[in-house]
Amino acid sequence: MSGPAETRAETPFRRFWSEFRESRIAVAALVLFTAVVVLAVLAPWITPQNPYDLAQVDVLDGKLPPGSKAFAGYTMWLGSDGAGRDLYSAILYGIRISLTVGFAAGLIALMVGAAVGLVAAYAGGRADALIMRAVDIQLSFPAVLIALVLVAILGRGVDKIIIALVAAQWAYYARTVRATALVESAKEYVEAARCLALSHSRIVFRHVLPNCLAPLIVIGTVQTASAIALESTLSFLGVGLRQTEPSLGVLISNGSEYMMSGRYWISFFPGLALLFMIVSINLVGDQLRDVLNPRLKR
Amino acid sequence: MTAFVIRRLMQAVLVVFLMSLIVFFGVNVIGDPVDMLISPDADQSEIERTIRALGLDRPIGEQYLYFLKGVASGDFGNSFIFGEPALKLILQHMPATVELALVSLIMAVILGIPLGFIAGLHPERRLSRGIMAASILGFSLPTFWVGLMLIMLFAVTLGWLPSTGRGDTAVFLGVESSLWTRDGLGHIFLPALNLALTNISLVIRLTRAGVRETMHQDYIKFARAKGLPESRVVGVHLMKNILIPIVTVLGLEFGGLLAFSVVTETIFAWPGMGKLLIDSLLQLDRPVVVAYLMIIVLFFVIINLVVDILYSALDPRVRLGDRDA
Repeated sequence: MSGPAETRAETPFRRFWSEFRESRIAVAALVLFTAVVVLAVLAPWITPQNPYDLAQVDVLDGKLPPGSKAFAGYTMWLGSDGAGRDLYSAILYGIRISLTVGFAAGLIALMVGAAVGLVAAYAGGRADALIMRAVDIQLSFPAVLIALVLVAILGRGVDKIIIALVAAQWAYYARTVRATALVESAKEYVEAARCLALSHSRIVFRHVLPNCLAPLIVIGTVQTASAIALESTLSFLGVGLRQTEPSLGVLISNGSEYMMSGRYWISFFPGLALLFMIVSINLVGDQLRDVLNPRLKR
Repeated sequence: MTAFVIRRLMQAVLVVFLMSLIVFFGVNVIGDPVDMLISPDADQSEIERTIRALGLDRPIGEQYLYFLKGVASGDFGNSFIFGEPALKLILQHMPATVELALVSLIMAVILGIPLGFIAGLHPERRLSRGIMAASILGFSLPTFWVGLMLIMLFAVTLGWLPSTGRGDTAVFLGVESSLWTRDGLGHIFLPALNLALTNISLVIRLTRAGVRETMHQDYIKFARAKGLPESRVVGVHLMKNILIPIVTVLGLEFGGLLAFSVVTETIFAWPGMGKLLIDSLLQLDRPVVVAYLMIIVLFFVIINLVVDILYSALDPRVRLGDRDA
């Protein structure tokens, strides 16, 4: 930052940021999460090997403990897995897949849920009652169960897991958006927009939706974290992603067979990466909830 | 009240019907029913015979009615792997799962309430902050990974506890359970702890919130003013009043425990219905999968129905609010 902050004009974003950084833990979590994302994006350039390029993997390097030297000369700080892949490289590549699936599922569920919630709130009456009853019923089942039903039907693979996660999570968004949109729709600016004879879709998407964004962002962070956790759980159980799409869950699952012989690192480090990701997203989400909640505004 | 119960019952029937549609059409339309319903080692004539026997050459609507008829009489077909009726297999595996869920529920109460009391009575102490931080971790930690780490620590490194299976079971009061033998108790400890993790965190948070809220109520001040010993104030007056929400939430969580036991059972090779589901999914044993899904859906619908009716009996606002929805 250059120059004293007081001389700057106050914009919504700056106000938001100055409130957000009041929690040091949340800022640390944001830094950690950003670091994880950057590492994952840069993975091909900063890892000593591409763990899925067979030419670069040597089976003789298999199951080496952390800190061992690989045959190719570099040090495997986190050890290697059963197939001789450098775990550090495998984890960064795994994070890419876990994040992609988590974000894609989170974003699609957000869009589907928001659309349904907005329609329910704006239409009201029977449509609203019907939609919200469906949401209630779905929320009475645990998300992991719904995801299991769907993977049982659809099978494995990235696209199918994303569909299963979206189906397991859209209802949370729908309920949140509907509650906010109901409050917003009763406000005067919506009435004004109606008097101007704007089209329904314009009122819903250009006027009501932007005012529902704050709770959507909060729930989006938490649900994305749980989507990542859910995907890794399914993959660990062997009904999620395939061996050719090695997310963190697949890595942990592969390592679990070496557990009994005391080779803890093959499962331990990918799990630690997963834990860092989930905890940091949740902490950021907690602080977002405090900052964006109008009832807590000073 | 009667109208409310009837409406909820009809809704429950509708949900079960919809789920049967989803499961049936999921397995038979999206997937290839021949692949899914006939064992992969069958030869050509056998496949054709089975297609006719299963009625797969009939129109889809007729097949669905046939399926419904089977479900209604508890017939989900035979498991490919075990050659036994799918329903019977699931019922055989159910006691182990229920036992695991019950023990983990008890653990959540035994560990969660005292820790929650400490955190609620002395919120500024370092120990309390530690407990709260740990409870956040308890929510964020992926269950399956914690399970692996528990095995690593207690079974492999320390060698204190066994890591797989149910151990010796014994029959006591007509119930076969691992709880009646020392070996069985050793076997159930780690999986139950693993399954209890999120609920321990939940109970800690509920207890702490309850304690902090109730502490300032007049009847607590009055009990103190009467000169009652602190142990009685906390142990009786306070405890009684915070237990209600905890019992309610834990009751609701029981269904979630049955669903999550899929993960824990797989890690600890616990022979319950969750492990059966995953094994059947991996071995393409479709009748068992379909039977499990229908039974667990039925289970959840019943739990929700009972909770809804109990709530409306206890709190009239619930059923009044439902009328205008």
